[in-house]
Amino acid sequence: MRYSGFRVIAEALTGHKGWKPVWRDPQPQAEYDYVIIGGGGHGLATAYYLAKEFKQARIAVLEKGYLGGGNVGRNTTIIRSNYLLDGNEPFYEFSLKLWEGLEQDFNYNAMVSQRGIMNLIHTDAQRDAFTRRGNGMILNGADAELLSRDQVRAMYPFLNFDNARFPIKGALTQKRGGTVRHDAVAWGYARGADSRGVDLIQQCEVTGLRIENGRIQGVETTRGFIGAKKVGVAVAGSSSKVMAHAGMRLPIESHVLQAFVSEGLKPLIDGVMTFGAGHFYVSQSDKGGLVFGGDIDGYNSYAQRGNLPVIEDVAEGGMALMPMIGRARLLRTWGGIMDMSMDGSPIIDKTHIEGLYFNGGWCYGGFKATPASGWCFAHLLAKDEPHKTATAYRFDRFMKGLMIDEKGQGATPNLH
Amino acid sequence: MIINHPILGPRDAQEFVYLGDANLINRPDGLTASPQEMHDYVYLRTNPAGEHRELWYHEQGDRSWLVVTRNTVTHEITKVELARDVARQMGRSK
Repeated sequence: MRYSGFRVIAEALTGHKGWKPVWRDPQPQAEYDYVIIGGGGHGLATAYYLAKEFKQARIAVLEKGYLGGGNVGRNTTIIRSNYLLDGNEPFYEFSLKLWEGLEQDFNYNAMVSQRGIMNLIHTDAQRDAFTRRGNGMILNGADAELLSRDQVRAMYPFLNFDNARFPIKGALTQKRGGTVRHDAVAWGYARGADSRGVDLIQQCEVTGLRIENGRIQGVETTRGFIGAKKVGVAVAGSSSKVMAHAGMRLPIESHVLQAFVSEGLKPLIDGVMTFGAGHFYVSQSDKGGLVFGGDIDGYNSYAQRGNLPVIEDVAEGGMALMPMIGRARLLRTWGGIMDMSMDGSPIIDKTHIEGLYFNGGWCYGGFKATPASGWCFAHLLAKDEPHKTATAYRFDRFMKGLMIDEKGQGATPNLH
Repeated sequence: MIINHPILGPRDAQEFVYLGDANLINRPDGLTASPQEMHDYVYLRTNPAGEHRELWYHEQGDRSWLVVTRNTVTHEITKVELARDVARQMGRSK
């Protein structure tokens, strides 16, 4: 069923009796050509692009809980391609271009809103660094613009421009960045994949990987064994748990990141703003809530909930940037589990086991990557070679000294 | 989280800096270890969901290193030792 304005009107006039379930609830088959583990944004996007762009094949997505119940439904919905390094920027720009055409492509309203993202500058050194990053973005075909203090003030007069420690001196902005309705991304990809014959199997936890003679045979699940010629793992947050079934240790730690939303307010912030010096970033949802976040809690966790000290720290960041936020009440906080990698960048690669492929290590930046991650993982699964924008996301980059460390922190996952 | 320091008693986790897996104590000898061994030591983690032994540094306290046994699913701390004692039990001189 295609969605359109005409369709909505027609259904409204006929009592909304024509709508059908958006996807099937199939029983798992005995065998598939491709099994994708993980029914989140990346797994569903992988299945969608695999079915649409690459292969006519039998494809299944296995999900432990329900579709989109993990980080794709827990993030702060920001899209951008404002990276510096060559290993990253072409990939994220590819992703932003896919976002720009996504709704037409999968015929689903994901509320892609290119409202712009702004990274605030507080020192001359930071302006130099952001100028360099902006030039790196432009060289890779993205857009970037430096704003003066007065230009920032014209947009957001309520910011604390004369904070003694972090006075605002300007900003780097990417106008094509913005926000997306995150759940709708999962639903749109799920619907698109299902309509192309992909089996989306929920309540199906992978409990083991069957490997014989160095080759994947299939996956053991709570709903029985499912044979597969190729298995792709896209379970960021739980990557180490799933890959341990193949005897692999990963360059990844799992950490909890909290996010926050205030009560609904009148229109205040029309873009996305990041205050890196104070570890705070914020945008305003279409319902009016301020959606914001800060640092990860900093210790290994699979709990999907954080602790109070980080809530205090994030609130302090908000107060330093825009003191009137103290008048707003916090509505909800929640947590998601991040695959924190050793250099802050992801992995999309084959493993040493034939037919087993891995996608993970997204740190706290996986949402914006969803379309390109799916596309590039599908490319790797279908063609056995990396997509040209994802050639750097290899397992062996740590052995070879080819880290993609935007922040320059080294092998300290909790500091990326 | 409250970390029950073996010397100082219960302290707020905010006083500590987190490093990670307690196996980081066991750095291979840089002169004799193979590149693969050093790679595995520096970059790979077991990252379990459940009981995890990990290194915390009491930066805003007595500046001791602790080995904390903590559940990564519930955040419950079940054991706290001085890293010095753990290293000595493994036959290290300090």
